[in-house]
Amino acid sequence: MPKLIKDGEAVSDYWTVLKEATGPEVLKAVPGKNFLVPLSFWKNYQEELNDYNGNIAIWLDSHDRVSDLDDSIHDFPLIALNFPAFSDGRSYSNARELRTTRNYLGEIRAIGDVLRDQLYYMQQCGFNAFAVRYDQDVDDCLTAFGDFTTGYQATVAEPTPLFRRR
Amino acid sequence: MYQYDNYDHQMLADRIRQYQNQTERFLAGKLSESEFLPLRLQNGLYVQRLAPMLRVAVPYGMLSSAQLRKLAFIASHFDKGYGHFTTRQNIQFNWPSLSEVPDILKHLAEVEMHAIQTSGNCIRNTTTDQFAGVAVDELEDTRPYCEIIRQWSTFHPEFAYLPRKFKIAVCGTKVDQAATQVHDIGIYLTQNSEGLIGFRILAGGGLGRTPVIGKEIFPFVEKQYLLSALESILRVYNREGRRDNKYKARIKILVKEIGVEEFQNKVMQEWELIKNSALLLTDDEITRCKSFFTDPNYESLADTPTSLSDRLQNNILFSSWHTQNVKPHKISGYAIVTICFKETGVAPGDVTDRQLNHLAQLADEYSFGEVRVSHQQNIVFADVRQDKLYDFWLGLQSESMSSPNLGLLTDMICCPGGDFCALANAKSIPIAESIQREFNDFDNLIDIGEINLNISGCMNACGHHHVGNIGILGVDKKGEEFYQVSLGGSSKNQASLGKIIGPSFAQEEIPEVIQKIISAYKSQRKSNEKFIDTYIRIGMDPFKEQVYAKAD
Repeated sequence: MPKLIKDGEAVSDYWTVLKEATGPEVLKAVPGKNFLVPLSFWKNYQEELNDYNGNIAIWLDSHDRVSDLDDSIHDFPLIALNFPAFSDGRSYSNARELRTTRNYLGEIRAIGDVLRDQLYYMQQCGFNAFAVRYDQDVDDCLTAFGDFTTGYQATVAEPTPLFRRR
Repeated sequence: MYQYDNYDHQMLADRIRQYQNQTERFLAGKLSESEFLPLRLQNGLYVQRLAPMLRVAVPYGMLSSAQLRKLAFIASHFDKGYGHFTTRQNIQFNWPSLSEVPDILKHLAEVEMHAIQTSGNCIRNTTTDQFAGVAVDELEDTRPYCEIIRQWSTFHPEFAYLPRKFKIAVCGTKVDQAATQVHDIGIYLTQNSEGLIGFRILAGGGLGRTPVIGKEIFPFVEKQYLLSALESILRVYNREGRRDNKYKARIKILVKEIGVEEFQNKVMQEWELIKNSALLLTDDEITRCKSFFTDPNYESLADTPTSLSDRLQNNILFSSWHTQNVKPHKISGYAIVTICFKETGVAPGDVTDRQLNHLAQLADEYSFGEVRVSHQQNIVFADVRQDKLYDFWLGLQSESMSSPNLGLLTDMICCPGGDFCALANAKSIPIAESIQREFNDFDNLIDIGEINLNISGCMNACGHHHVGNIGILGVDKKGEEFYQVSLGGSSKNQASLGKIIGPSFAQEEIPEVIQKIISAYKSQRKSNEKFIDTYIRIGMDPFKEQVYAKAD
C-alpha cells in the first residue's frame, strides 16, 4: 500500500495517480477506481470522465497554473500538486493560491518527490496530505510537523504573522 | 541593535535541532548527498575545495562586541584562527568540519547569531549601507526595515526552493553605498511629493554571468505595504522564474525575457490580492523595530576639538589615516571610522581571532560596543568621539589594523578565488597581492585618489568585478588561468557595468596592465577628476591604446 500521511496521521491511500501520457482507454479498462488525472487529461477527456463510474480528481504539475482552473475545482474532494523534484518550489505557491485566493477547502495532497525534510513548509503553505516517496520512514515523517514551534510569516496554517501576535 | 525575544530564540533552537537531526541522518547514510545539499546550504555550509566552508549571517552587517568575541572563539576552536568578511556583510570560516557544524551553530545561537539562508536557492541576508543610522545624508535609518525584511524572509515556507538565490539590499542615503541596483531586489527609502517617506523598489538587478542593473517595479509604496510588495515580487518569481537552466534562473533573466512591463503587471496583479492582507505592516511593528536602533547616549561635543586638530597637524601618519578612513557623523563631535582589512600579503577581508577580539575591545571602549561589516569587506566603528580618535588609532596599531588606504586603489574587493572556492576558474588573492605590491607608495595612492578595483575568480562575480571602476575576472583558457580586465563599472547611484578592455592577460602581466591604466588616467585627468569621471569623459580608447601599445 502506498504511504499517505493525512492531517497528521498515516492512513491508507485509495487514489491512483495517472501519468501524463495516459489516454482515455484506461477508464474503460479499469472501472470503479479513484483516479487522480493530470490537468491536461481532465481538460481533454471531459466526456469520458463524465461517463466514468469511479471517482475523479486532478493533479497539477509544478508548471501548471492555478489561475487556469475554473470554479469546478470546488467539486473535487482533493487536488494533488506534484513535486517533480523536491527542490522545485512552485507547488508551494500553487498550494497557497488554492487555499488563499481560491478558498479551496478540500484535501491538497503533495505527490512526487515528497520527502521528510520539506513536510513542515508544505503544511505551512496549505498541504494537508502527503504521499511521501516510497523510501521515506513514515514514523519519522510524522515528527516533521513539529520541526518548528512557530514562524514569522503569514501562512495558510498560521494566517496571522508573528508581528501581529507578539 | 535588534534583541531576540522568546519567539526568535525558540525558532533558532528549533532550527538547530532540525539541522542536527539532518546532519546525523546524513552521516548515518539515511539522507543522500543530493537531498542533504540544500539543507546544509540553507544552514550556510558549502563543501569547498579543501574543506567545508561555513558562512555565518551578519544581518545587515551589525555586530556587537559579544558577537565579535564569539566569532573569535569559533575561529580559534573550530577553524585555523581566522575568518573572512564577505561582500554581503557576512563572515565565513574556511576550515570547520561538517560534523562539528551543529555545535558551532549552538555557540552562535548563544549570541543571537546563525548561518540560516546564507546560501542555497532562497532569500539571503538583507544588506544595507554600513553607515546606516549615522550617515549625514540619510533620509531615515534603514536597519528597522532590514530587520522587518529579515524576519519576513527567514524560514519563509513558500520561498525556500526558489529557482536560484535571491538577494535584497536597502539604501537610505543620497549616495548609494549598498550596491543597491545590482541586487535581485533593491530598495531605496524615498520621499514622495507630499513629504511621506516610503520605498522605491527595483527588481531584476544582479551580477554573475549576466550583469544587469535593476528595473523600477514600484516607484513609491507606503511603508505599510513593504512586505506585500516584496511577497508579490517573490511569488511571481517563484512561479515563473526559469528552472531549466541554473545560469538563466535568476530573477534578472525572467524580467529580461518577459519584459519589465509584463513583469510589473504580474506583480501588480498579485499585489492587489494581498496588499490589504495580514501582511500589512502595523505602526506598532515599525515602532517596535525602530526601538532597537535608537541613538546611543551621545554626549554634546564640538566638532574638531583641539586635541584632534593638534594631533592632525603634528602626526602625518595619523593625519593621512584620518583623511582616508574617517568620515563625518550626523552628531557633532563624533566620527565614523572604517578599518581597512586590506593589508598587503593578507587576503582581502581576512581577519584573525586576535583581531576579532581586539575589535571587540575597541568597540566596547570607543563605539558603544558595536561595529558593522561593509560590503567592501571592511569594518566600521560608527560612533567614535573625535577627541578619542588619536587614542583609537593608536589602539589599532598592535593588530596591524591602521592601514590608511580606505577607498584607494589597494582597498580592493576580492573573492576567495581558486585558493579556496570550488567554483573558481582562477586564483584571485595572489592577483590582489601583486597589485598591492606594485602600488606600495602611499603618496602615489593618494595621488591616484578614489578608485575601486574589484576582483572575482569566476563568472559568479562574488568579487563584484562588473561594478569595479577597474574589474578583474579570472577566466579559464584551455586549462590556464587568465584575467579579463574591464573599466568603468560603478555600484553607486549612477550604477554602471564595466566594459571589457580587450584580450585577457596572464597573471604576471596584471600589475603592469594596472600600472598602464593608471598612467593613462593620470595623463588625461583634469585637476581633481576621479578615475571614474575621467573614464566617463574620455571613454575606453585612450586606456586601450596605452595597455596594448607595442613596445618600440
